[in-house]
Amino acid sequence: MSMYTGVPTVKRTAVYVYQTPVRIWHWVNALAITVLAITGYLIGSPLPSLPGEASDHYLMGNIRFLHFAAGYVFLVGFLFRLYWAVVGNRYSRQLFTLPFWRRGFWSELVHELRWYAFQEPEPRKYVGHNPLAHLFMVVIITVGGLVMMVTGFALYSEQTGLGSWQDELFGWVIPAVGQSQDVRMWHHWGMWVIVVFVMLHVYTAIREDIMSRQSLISTMISGWRMFKDDRP
Amino acid sequence: MATTDTFYEAMRRQGISRRGFLQFCTITAATLGLAPGFAGRIAEAMETKPRIPVLWLHGLECTCCSESFIRSAHPLASDVVLSMISLDYNDTLMAAAGHQAEAILDEIRHQYKGRYILAVEGNPPLGQDGMSCIIGGRPFLDQLREVAADCQAVIAWGTCASWGCVQAAHPNPTQAVSIDKVIHDKPIIKVPGCPPIAEVMTGVIAYMLTFERLPELDRQGRPKMFYGQRIHDKCYRRPHFDAGQFVESWDDEGARKGYCLYKMGCKGPTTYNACSTVRWNDGVSFPIQSGHGCIGCSEKDFWDKGSFYDHVTDTRVFGIEANADAVGIAAAGTVGAAITAHAAASAVHRIKQRAGAQHTEDGQA
Ligand code: HEM
Ligand code: HEM
Ligand code: SF4
Ligand code: SF4
Repeated sequence: MSMYTGVPTVKRTAVYVYQTPVRIWHWVNALAITVLAITGYLIGSPLPSLPGEASDHYLMGNIRFLHFAAGYVFLVGFLFRLYWAVVGNRYSRQLFTLPFWRRGFWSELVHELRWYAFQEPEPRKYVGHNPLAHLFMVVIITVGGLVMMVTGFALYSEQTGLGSWQDELFGWVIPAVGQSQDVRMWHHWGMWVIVVFVMLHVYTAIREDIMSRQSLISTMISGWRMFKDDRP
Repeated sequence: MATTDTFYEAMRRQGISRRGFLQFCTITAATLGLAPGFAGRIAEAMETKPRIPVLWLHGLECTCCSESFIRSAHPLASDVVLSMISLDYNDTLMAAAGHQAEAILDEIRHQYKGRYILAVEGNPPLGQDGMSCIIGGRPFLDQLREVAADCQAVIAWGTCASWGCVQAAHPNPTQAVSIDKVIHDKPIIKVPGCPPIAEVMTGVIAYMLTFERLPELDRQGRPKMFYGQRIHDKCYRRPHFDAGQFVESWDDEGARKGYCLYKMGCKGPTTYNACSTVRWNDGVSFPIQSGHGCIGCSEKDFWDKGSFYDHVTDTRVFGIEANADAVGIAAAGTVGAAITAHAAASAVHRIKQRAGAQHTEDGQA
């Protein structure tokens, strides 16, 4: 073709990967986590004191309310995402399954790491997640998210009180971990783990969108994965 | 030693008037959060039921629980409850000493098999065959096991008996352990605090003696009526917390105005105790009211949870102490710098690759 036009074009193939619910979930979840991390940090290290009467303000109360509201969004979103993994397409299951028994998974993981370390000329193509992203998402979002929800709702049960559903479901966590302060501090550590993940995730999403052989950011917006070349 | 008289008789013998006795019943009902009508039930029970013997053992401890106990807010409370229990065995408070005292233990154990209450202050060290705490020539561990074997229920006084406390703090040289690590077959009521509040102690005993059952316990074995909520849930400075008004340093305006002590490391949000409602010393005050944060003295291993003056405390794992924020900020900074460097390297790499690709394309053409 290019022979006739003189303009080099590349044939692009496209696959529909992320269904609408997954995409909506992704952005809602991203927002919830951002709110949780910011308000959580401000719960641990509150803003400078406000002057005047206590009855004039409710700053800490509002920050905590936002945290708990976002916590509920995070939980409901997670449960929905779990449901969608059952009814959705095969890529929707990746978040909850890690094919660690497949030898190919590990060799592809090494390949991806070498690509990031500039040791490979080009990355492989993946319709779903690349193995490195896959591993991080399962460990940080699925396992890490569960840890944050369990510790978060255990802390929440302390204010809803003995006998509340939060207490019935999550109250056991506190003695299991040690005491309330331990749960708080592990919850706090969890925030930093997630913050570091988000930094890496956003960076790699942008970098790979430019450098790899496939689309990423637009995929999470439109659902379609575009491949920039036809080679395997 | 005759212990078949009722509580009331025992009290009267101690010189407590009937009026004083009824006052005690009313106060106890109130402390336990019972309706006023219950004062009558408590009085009736005390007048008719035979006194249940209580044996009060001391292991590794500082005696602050006993000290707190005998300073019950209402002077009568301590008199009353002391007359309920000290007649039997408490090596700090009773008159008998030496072999005479140890003989009482044996006597109660056999005479009231399965019907006495064991109260333990302090805890047993397991290291060096228990040699770090010797009572009557034998390790406390042995005495504790023996007396526990025939009791009805055990009260763990204070943080020592409940969680281990300072003698069990890292590195715990004597290997002191909370009593539930050595007594497995009896109900244990934990009444933590360093020390516990006197009214909480008398309240727990009075409840058990009058209702002849254990108070309702939470998951960790603490009576719900006193340990069901955190200091923070009932703190009178809470409106300042919700407003976002904090003491930022000990001598600032906020400290004078009685702002929340959260930023000064107050552990009220993670501590289950009754201080913010019952208070101390006849309800006069409690630490937060005096301007100092709660240090979490009724919580498990509170000595090992980092500074009393920080909210985000150090975490100890695998022998390393680390602060979540310090590590987190450093990690985020490092990763941020690494991302920047990697992005720059990627850009350079791409330009080179592009140039290379240009070459080969030109070459092929
Ligand atoms: C708090 C922030 C975020 C979190 C927790 C997060 C989490 C996730 C998770 C769990 C997935 C996997 C989706 C699935 O399989 O269901 C994912 C995919 C993705 N995210 Fe995010 N995300 C965040 C922010 C962002 C941002 C800001 C961008 C854009 C710059 C982004 C771009 C993407 C892309 C492109 C994918 C698809 C990766 C692929 O194609 O393999 N994310 N993200
Ligand atoms: C990505 C998820 C989350 C992050 C990053 C996060 C972060 C934080 C942080 C940093 C704190 C402060 C801890 C401290 O130093 O005291 C905190 C507190 C707390 N979080 Fe979360 N959190 C998350 C999820 C949740 C969830 C799902 C819940 C459940 C409702 C929750 C409930 C709480 C509660 C109850 C507190 C204590 C607040 C207080 O008592 O004032 N968190 N969170
Ligand atoms: S002083 Fe302590 S217990 Fe009281 S509101 Fe502040 S943090 Fe909570
Ligand atoms: S306020 Fe806190 S540290 Fe003080 S006695 Fe009560 S529980 Fe212990």
